[in-house]
Amino acid sequence: MTETEAPAETVATDRRTLLEARDLRVEFASRGRRARAVDGVNLAVGEGEIVALVGESGCGKTTLARTLLGLERPTAGTVHFDGEPLKYGSKALKNYRKQVQLVLQDPTGSLNPRHTVYEAVAEGPRIHGLPDEEEIVNSALSRAGLRPPERFLLRYPHELSGGQRQRVVIAGALALNPKVLIADEPVASLDASVRGEILALMLKLRDELGLSALVVTHDLGLAWNIADRVAVMYLGRIVESGPVEQVLTAPRHPYTQALLSVLPESPERVVLTGEPPDPTRIPGGCRFHARCQVLASGKAAEAGVDARCRGELLDILPASAGAQAACYYADATG
Amino acid sequence: MSVASARRRQALSRFWKDFGRQRTGVVGLAILVGAAVLAVIAPLFIDESVTNVVTAGGPKMAPPSLDYPFGTDESGRSILLMVWWGSRTSLLIGFLAALVSMLIGTVLGIAAGHFRGWISAVILRVTDWFLVLPSLVTALVLAAIMGGSTFTIIMAIGVTTWPSTARLIRAQTLAVEARPYIERSKALGAGHWHVTTRHVLPNVAPLLLASTTLEVASAIVTESTLAFLGVSANKTSWGTMLRGSYDWGAATAGAWWYILIPGLCIVAVVMAFTLCGRALEAVLNPRLRKAGA
Repeated sequence: MTETEAPAETVATDRRTLLEARDLRVEFASRGRRARAVDGVNLAVGEGEIVALVGESGCGKTTLARTLLGLERPTAGTVHFDGEPLKYGSKALKNYRKQVQLVLQDPTGSLNPRHTVYEAVAEGPRIHGLPDEEEIVNSALSRAGLRPPERFLLRYPHELSGGQRQRVVIAGALALNPKVLIADEPVASLDASVRGEILALMLKLRDELGLSALVVTHDLGLAWNIADRVAVMYLGRIVESGPVEQVLTAPRHPYTQALLSVLPESPERVVLTGEPPDPTRIPGGCRFHARCQVLASGKAAEAGVDARCRGELLDILPASAGAQAACYYADATG
Repeated sequence: MSVASARRRQALSRFWKDFGRQRTGVVGLAILVGAAVLAVIAPLFIDESVTNVVTAGGPKMAPPSLDYPFGTDESGRSILLMVWWGSRTSLLIGFLAALVSMLIGTVLGIAAGHFRGWISAVILRVTDWFLVLPSLVTALVLAAIMGGSTFTIIMAIGVTTWPSTARLIRAQTLAVEARPYIERSKALGAGHWHVTTRHVLPNVAPLLLASTTLEVASAIVTESTLAFLGVSANKTSWGTMLRGSYDWGAATAGAWWYILIPGLCIVAVVMAFTLCGRALEAVLNPRLRKAGA
């Protein structure tokens, strides 16, 4: 697998690319400074593929998800869907909504407490004026695993369990027949027994409907269970990506190694030191160098890359399907 | 659409059942319905001549008796009939002024909360400007310029009382718009109209209802105040009756019925609105609902 020559525009996946971020940058004004929440990201989601976007809180993964949905406008770079750049006119965006849908972290908050299950699921079809609303709602509910749907139609969200609520949210997204589901921490607020059910549902939807998904999470175990590919994000940029088995069993980037080392079954843990990352002050050189355990231990100096780590900006990783890491040390040691 | 209509019917019957449990609300509603029905059917029994000083035939400032259950005023008019006829003006002005105020306040409040940037800034400055105007004085001046008619009084009260509603609604709109289901709705493709009418408006509605009931009450009080200060639609209302009792020294003459009856009418109606508003709020807010209800 050769990932070194892949330019940003072409993606060497065996699947057709559906949703793609090209050189995406999103900046916010934050207390008088510019926060670079997303600072150059190339990411592709293929047809029928589940990609996990992993990273710690505040690394910009939610912003990236919102930008891919068109809820946030990029400062630079583009979002491509099905090869076409996303347009931000209200009509174009509305059409885009039928293709790419959102599932949020907190199912309780994502449902209007005043709306019944029927109204919540019918909201999308109503906005888009789809015919046969009732049939769409029923089929979406059963596809989301709420059977028989009639039992749930007149319920209010507060009468349902957390897992059922998340199924309602998923049904609401499915009602528009999207091609891609963007799930922002879809199971973070659910308890362990329900998490498995929701994950199984997402895998089933992929198998039955060919649905692609971008799952944003901080949970590597979740990524391992559900994803085909994983992208690790640190401070607004993807630092390592590749097939999930490769990245999670043989991580090459020190940050991924540190994330994996704190899992319970890991033999030794790496506790990151240094300041927590601040998107208003992204360090020069490698953005991880101030906290990098490889640089701190002197291994980077042995490999002769420590000066580059501290002073030389890394290239943005292309949206390649193969395993790749943005790290001088990993490149030098192979 | 059988599911939708079944849902609507079920929601309505549940609403009535829940409202029936709010005993104070039922009392308030009964008083309101009673007052409104009496005001509407008044022309079937009496007409404006009960307020005419020329045709009034009773004794002057007479205490309550069988002929005049609530006594008479300085011209010998029956207080009972005057209060009955006057309820029409008081309630009409109260309702319509509150409606005008609510409409302006809701539209501007939601707009200021939903749209950020310059639209919100402009609306807020205008709201602030109206908020610092002394509303009673402004209403007096407006009514004086436009001349005394029912419409003038309604507009004068409505135009001067909306800013507090707008502020309230804006704050609630901001709180609602921060909820994740607004984000979900936008991701589903909702535009401004959908978000404001389907999510924001139903969520501010209970607050709006409570606020409106208080607004009707305060509009009735304001109308009475304006009438007391001499600005009225030249029609008998509870306010003009209080004004009359003051002008004719009812307090010093010991004619308690002249002051107390219109005053109690105002208190009863204002109280009824408040009770109703509280009950409605409790019923319409699902989080206050008991599980299994």
